[in-house]
Formats: sequence, C-alpha cells, structure tokens
Amino acid sequence: MLAPSLSAVFFLLVIPVCFVVVYSFWLRSPYGADIPAFQFGNYAKFFDDFFYPSLLIRTIRVALETVALCLVMGYIPAYFFYRTESRLKPFLMILIMLPFWISFIIRTLSWINILGDSGLINHLLMKGGFISAPLPMLYNEAAVLMGLLQYLLPFMILNIYVSLDGIDKSLTEAAKSLGCTEWQAFKEVTLPLSLPGVSAGCLLVFVLTCGTYLPPMILGGPGNDMIANLIFKRIVGTLDWPFGAALSTILLGLLGVIVYTYNRYLGINQIFKTLQ
Amino acid sequence: MEKEKNPGLVQFRGVMKRFGDVLAVEKTDLDIPEGSLVTLLGPSGCGKTTLLRMVAGLETPTEGDIYIKGNRINDVPIHKRNLGMIFQNYALFPHKTIFDNVAFGLKYRNIPKDQIKEKVSRALEMVRLPGVENRMPSQLSGGQQQRIALARAIVIEPDVLLMDEPLSALDENLREEMRLEIDNIQRMLGVTSIFVTHDQREALSMSDKIVVMEGGRKQQEGGPEEVYNNPANHFVADFLGHSNFVDGVIQSRDGDGYRVKLEDGNELMAEGGDWREGDAVEVVVRAQKLDIVPRDSHQTDDAVNCFFGKIKERSYMGGEVSYFVELENGTVLHVIGIVKTKPFRRGDPVAVTAPPRHCKLLRKES
Ligand SMILES: Nc1ncnc2c1ncn2[C@@H]1O[C@H](COP(=O)(O)OP(=O)(O)O)[C@@H](O)[C@H]1O
Ligand SMILES: [Mg+2]
Repeated sequence: MLAPSLSAVFFLLVIPVCFVVVYSFWLRSPYGADIPAFQFGNYAKFFDDFFYPSLLIRTIRVALETVALCLVMGYIPAYFFYRTESRLKPFLMILIMLPFWISFIIRTLSWINILGDSGLINHLLMKGGFISAPLPMLYNEAAVLMGLLQYLLPFMILNIYVSLDGIDKSLTEAAKSLGCTEWQAFKEVTLPLSLPGVSAGCLLVFVLTCGTYLPPMILGGPGNDMIANLIFKRIVGTLDWPFGAALSTILLGLLGVIVYTYNRYLGINQIFKTLQ
Repeated sequence: MEKEKNPGLVQFRGVMKRFGDVLAVEKTDLDIPEGSLVTLLGPSGCGKTTLLRMVAGLETPTEGDIYIKGNRINDVPIHKRNLGMIFQNYALFPHKTIFDNVAFGLKYRNIPKDQIKEKVSRALEMVRLPGVENRMPSQLSGGQQQRIALARAIVIEPDVLLMDEPLSALDENLREEMRLEIDNIQRMLGVTSIFVTHDQREALSMSDKIVVMEGGRKQQEGGPEEVYNNPANHFVADFLGHSNFVDGVIQSRDGDGYRVKLEDGNELMAEGGDWREGDAVEVVVRAQKLDIVPRDSHQTDDAVNCFFGKIKERSYMGGEVSYFVELENGTVLHVIGIVKTKPFRRGDPVAVTAPPRHCKLLRKES
C-alpha cells in the first residue's frame, strides 16, 4: 500500500536532492561541463565572504517577520470561520482559496499596480491632492512582506482553522457554565487547543518563506534579496551550478535543523493533539 | 425542622424559542421543584435541548421569562448563573489534568488553594474515582470521564444541575451503572436537576417528574407512574411503552365503566374519564396488560373483553415474549406476556383478555 507513495517520494524528492548535494562538491569549469570532484571549495566560498551568510540571516529574519504577521492576521479570520454560523461560510472559505487559482507571479506583479508610483494608491492620493509626488511604496522590505503575506496567509488560516474546527464547542460552553467569561474561555480552552494548528501553520509559513524568491525579486529593491534569490541568480544567471548547489545544500541543512528542533521543542503540543 | 422546599426553583413562564422559521419550543410554562430531578423526555428534535440550553443561558428565549430562585435570569450571562452542566460527550478539557478539570469552576470562584484541593478530592470520592487527580482525561474510559464531568459540575455546588443526554454516549452496560450513580448523587446532594433524554427507561426509573415533549410542546407532566399509567393523549401513550390503539364510540355507561363500540365491530368495556354517549374515543391498552391464554383452556364465553385469534408473529426476549395476535376480524394486537410454561408458537389459537381497568379512554384526536 505504501509502495506508490514511497516510490514517488524517492524519485521526486530523494534522488533530486542527492543530485544537488553531489553537485555541490563539483568544480566549476569556465569553459565547458562542470568537473566531477569531491572538494569543499564551494562551501568555503560561502563562508569567506560575509555577504553570503548575511543573506541567510536576512532570509531568516524576513521569514520570522512573515510568520508573525501571518499569525496575527490569520488567527482572526480562522477564529471567525470557527465561530460563525453564517450561511455565507462556505462561500467565504472559497474566497480564501481563490488566490491559489491565480498564478503566483501574476498575484505578485499585481502589487505594482497598487503600490507603484502610478499605482492605485498613489494615483488616488495625488488626485485627492494629499501629496504632490508619488510615495515610494515599492522596492523595500515592507513591499516584500506584503507580497509574502498575500502568498502565505491562506496556509496559516487553513492550518489554524482545521485545528479550531476540531475543538468541540461544548468545551467552551462547559468553561462558561463553570464561571468563565467569553474571553477567559478562549484563553483557557480554545487558544491552547488550537496550538497544534498554529504551530503547523508557523512552520509551513517559515519554510515556504525561506524558499521563495518571487516577492523579493518583483517587489524588493537590491537590498532585499533573500537566499533563494541568490541561488536563482547563480544557477540561472551565471550558470554556476556547483555554487548554487552548495547554497541550496546549506539552506536545506539549516531548515532541516530548524524543523527538527522546532518539532522536538514544540512536541508538547503534540500531546494536545493526541489527547483530543 | 426541615426548610420548606421551593416548588418552583426554576420557573418557565410563557417561554418560547424560535430559530428563524423553526419553532423549537412553543410557549411553555413549567416549574422545577427544589431538590427534585425532572426529566424532559421526547423524541429527537422535540425541543428538549433547547429548553435546557435556555436555562443554561446558551440560548435566549424569543419570548417569555425564566426564573431561578425567583430571579428573572433572561439577561444574566451564563457565567454568572451558577449552574452545573453535563454534556453527552463529557466535554472534559483534554489538555488539563483531572484535578484542573474538577477545580476549574472553583478557580473562578476565588476559593483558596487548600480548600480547592479538599473539595476536589471529596468530589472525586463521591463519584468513586479517588486518586485520579494527576491523570489526563484521555487516560480514562468513557464512563469514568462522565463521572469526572459529574464531579466537575457538582463541586461548585450549583443551584441547578443540567444534564443533556449524559448517558447516551456510553455502552449499554455502563449506562445503567452511570444512571444509578447520577441518581444516588443527585439524591444525596439534593441538587435540583433537569435531565434531558429520549430514553423512556431512563426517565421512568430516575425522575421525580417527567415532562413529555413533542414538536416543541409539553404533552404531559407528572410522576413516572402517572405518566405511564394515565397518558394524557395518543402521543404519550404511544411514546411510553407499547400500546394498542383502537378507535370506537361510547355506547353507554355501565356501572363504573363504559361500553364502547369499536370500529372493528367488537364491543369492549373500559374505565375512567367522563364521557357521554356518542363520544368518539380511542381505547388504549398496554401490551403488558393484556392476558393471553390458549384458546382451548379458555372456558367461559361470557368473559368481558375477551377476543379470539391466532399468533401472527412472536419474538422471544428472554423473560418475556412479544406476540402479535391477529383477531378473527383482522385486528392485530400487540401482547407482551411473561413466559410461565411454554411460549406460544406461530399459528397457535389463543384468547386475549383486556381487563376493563386497563382499557383507558382518550378523546379521539382529529
Ligand atoms: N441553533 C439552532 N439553529 C436552528 N435550529 C435549531 C438550533 N438548535 C435547535 N434547532 C431546531 O430546534 C428544534 C429542537 O431542537 P433540539 O432542542 O435540539 O431538540 P432535541 O434536543 O429534543 O432533540 C429542532 O427542529 C432543531 O432542528
Ligand atoms: Mg438534544
């Protein structure tokens, strides 16, 4: 029964990753095919120039910011979906999924029409006479965060919602009958029991942010590149496959360590999950 | 000297609840006496839960008022009502230990820590689960979890204990045990309780008063025996126990009883009520109250309310046998008989007697 999924994982995931790791030890040849080798020059290059590690640090910082934004902005709609008895709920849920039906590139590009110098906001502000010159809203970290948020918020909302939806509503009713106000019942019951979803959502958003390059490429300035932009430029731009592979391997290793520690540390939440 | 009990600790006055177009509870007046256990009994969807939830403050009456200890509580938020609630699915907090679950309500009543500890362990003893303070709910069985839920509800010394089908998630054999547990504790503490169920056996065995409901309306209210023996209408007679119904017309008064001309052509003596000649009635006889004997052992032909027929169906249920007897004129009667010698078999000719005092008369509902 497991065979098809295991072979899919093997051929689509394990083998390509092995290729990347093997490639990261090869030598680059300026003239022809890269030369198979086993040497650490590509890794040494990464640590020689602080520019490279600094990109990695920035990536992690931006990813943490994105997680924080998604968490705050995702919990509220997820909680609304959990509590509402509106007949519009299925329709609103589809609206959350709707962005997935539109190409990620198009969605990211569309921010230029909103935040750009001749975009919607500047246009309205200038027409209204509030400003005389367009506000520079694009090509900075805030714009990148906006793009990331738009991309990742649905993942956070859905993860939290699934967790909330598994909470029996009579638990809050029991808490209130025992003396809790609505807010106390939320703190005592709903919030702790939704933590598995919160934790899964945060991890997903973090990992996806670390691996994405479109929002910084389209909405960011020269100083907003993240590690995936560098990998993209090395492999697609300068065709430096061995160094690109080494960068990928470093990112993969770091994410692996983070995911592992996160799961161990937040393993407490797994108890809640199994208890339900 | 014992304090006088309040006959209406909880009072419903013209309480009605509507969800959009659905009328869940029709205008209802009801009193729950202090210290008693009152059961709301009825089929699924009859509005029992809604009535209970209005006491709890989880639903607001569309019309009417609810009083607890004489105070109108329509606008009192749930957390200030001092009620104990027990849910069908236990509703224990899965992320808290048993101690924290039971102590939950006490914590919100600002009771000192050492007292909380004492009260919790006393409540756990009462539900016969001492020493489980440090376990998690998932480590207990369903029956044990429901007992913890009971402990959590009574430890706060609620004014009213509200239970919504607390036994229906339990296995058949645990159900009886838990029912006795609730019954004992309720009596021991004397806590005024409202118990919702669709199971007539639960209702009949533990209630001081049963409120039979149907279609959002109270059909009858009374002690278990009264409701069982003197059903107020067709619904109650049909819902509680197994009854036979035959339509008829009052022919004449005859001593204490009435002679009824049945629509199947037979004639029957029935007792009770105040009827006039020509009244359209419905005769109700409980399946258990009919006597059944072999046809040939039946001697006298002049016995009252005696009918002849054949066994059409039978199902053996251990101590008793349920028969469907087809009478000579085609009417089918349901008879439940205790097995004394050998049960009848399909096709056996039998005589069925309906003692007049067990033949109740109801007004024919259109
Ligand atoms: N929150 C609600 N919204 C709409 N209709 C409801 C709601 N709660 C109950 N009802 C309706 O009210 C009626 C009575 O329900 P309920 O009190 O749960 O019945 P019971 O507990 O006797 O099975 C049913 O027809 C049910 O569909
Ligand atoms: Mg119900």
